[in-house]
Amino acid sequence: MELRGRTWKFGNDVDTDVIIPARYLNTSDPKELAVHCMEDADPRFPAGVKPGDIIVAGKNFGCGSSREHAPIAIKAAGVSCVIAKTFARIFYRNAFNIGLPIFESPEAADRIGEGDEVAVDVEAGVIRNITRNETYRATQVPPFMQQIIAAGGLINYVAERMKRDGKV
Amino acid sequence: MGMTITEKILAAHAGREKVEPGELINVRIDLALGNDITAPVAIREFEKIGVDRVFDRDRVVLVPDHFVPNKDIKSAQQAKIMREFARKHGITHYFEVGRMGVEHCLLPEQGLVGPGDLVIGADSHTCTYGGLGAFSTGVGSTDLAAAMALGETWLKVPESVKFIYHGEMPEWVTGKDLILYTIGKIGVDGALYMAMEFTGPAVERMPVDGRLTMANMAVEAGAKNGIVPPDEITRRYVEGRAKRPFTFFASDPDAGYAREYDFDVSKMEPAVAFPHLPENVKPVSEASGITIDQAVIGSCTNGRMDDLREAARVLRGRKVNSNVRLLVIPGTQEIYRQAMREGLFEIFLDAGAAISTPTCGPCLGGYMGILAEGERCIATTNRNFVGRMGHPGSEVYLSSPAVAAASAVLGRIAAPWEVK
Repeated sequence: MELRGRTWKFGNDVDTDVIIPARYLNTSDPKELAVHCMEDADPRFPAGVKPGDIIVAGKNFGCGSSREHAPIAIKAAGVSCVIAKTFARIFYRNAFNIGLPIFESPEAADRIGEGDEVAVDVEAGVIRNITRNETYRATQVPPFMQQIIAAGGLINYVAERMKRDGKV
Repeated sequence: MGMTITEKILAAHAGREKVEPGELINVRIDLALGNDITAPVAIREFEKIGVDRVFDRDRVVLVPDHFVPNKDIKSAQQAKIMREFARKHGITHYFEVGRMGVEHCLLPEQGLVGPGDLVIGADSHTCTYGGLGAFSTGVGSTDLAAAMALGETWLKVPESVKFIYHGEMPEWVTGKDLILYTIGKIGVDGALYMAMEFTGPAVERMPVDGRLTMANMAVEAGAKNGIVPPDEITRRYVEGRAKRPFTFFASDPDAGYAREYDFDVSKMEPAVAFPHLPENVKPVSEASGITIDQAVIGSCTNGRMDDLREAARVLRGRKVNSNVRLLVIPGTQEIYRQAMREGLFEIFLDAGAAISTPTCGPCLGGYMGILAEGERCIATTNRNFVGRMGHPGSEVYLSSPAVAAASAVLGRIAAPWEVK
């Protein structure tokens, strides 16, 4: 599968309060959350983001609160994937669990500029910068997490397992 | 090579003799926790799995604390989803308003978590219970949903980092100051994916409340968990409280650590974290002079009895500055009652503070103390990100209860000894 879009660039330590502020957490409706996604970091983002667009950021993306509303808001805003130097651990789990593709690549995070056109080969973990004619590699995803992705998220994975064990 | 306390607890819950950092393991969980923000999403996902009951109704804990007493219609709807789920599934430990508390103050107090436990919670500050010698870590709502169905979860065994705190803690230096100092040294991703093990003479002498504060903020350094080896102080705290048997684990002398840090606490001052990251830490003397509009004393970080006593010690016989709103939020109903019995409420009320029912409210900019544009707050909470307590143009400074109280009196960030 290939994901393709224009990039929005952010810095280091983008926290989940900035991704979706708590003042909007009185709902868990993805569409409502998407309207406010990243608004405190870049007020142009919610109205300007287009389906397929890619978020590129520095280290420790998604630090802070465990709110799953953060990756939900990003996904519902139409973002196809997030590329960062590193991810905070709860955000990392959450993204896989809900099926938001994320890629760790310090090189890509450094080299990609705002508004570049980027294409990501999900299975190969290869990131192609079409604007600059460059290619970067993402860190390999552990096999167990690939199974979660293949199942279509953690809930499907658990449902299949429980069905197999005769518990559903 | 031996194992760390974190590795031993994980091994015990994986049914294994030994585990090593980097391994992916399936572990049995002793407790799964959710709140009024994260549980509604978890419940939606749980219902997709197709099971008709939770793995153990005694081991799922649901605490409405973030936006309750309900702050608006939408949050009332969220709280209702959780309440109805708790009734439908006969959840033993659902805590209604009037009996609830800030979750990470409540669970240790009620003896629902103890040494050697493995706890996951859909709240990042679930790492608090490491203060009792448990392995506990924050997860998202979907992980909670899966855990409620299976009674187990998958974890990557973290590498451990050892922190050794030497020396005698000076007056007014607390667990909060030690953890802020530590985050200031290693940064907000200084322990990313790792276990932070807090040891040394200063921690060995520290009461449980201070240890819970230290473990609470491990996530602010990116850690998976924070942990204090349990000892006699722990035993005195958990005996008579624990609702389940507990186990004391200890790191082997030859356990492996990714890094070790030695800190001398005897020269430390109370610490203040400047906006907009918890790693922007300076000694309080370098923060003096910054005027404030609000002070908040409470939260899962510093809403316990020792915290309120420390604040009261500063506020006794003094008045909150005319330019400042001081909010005091006891962490649980028990703490509320105990503070009242000890006469702390008289001190707070005489000073001109507002006392609130337990809630996470202002810490995350939910309600009950939201900041306007340009306003500045000193808070005993755990995060000072952009817009954390309200308007994106407001500022939060993090400190101990004594520093927050002194700042409330003087109208500017101040050390407790400046209050005359």
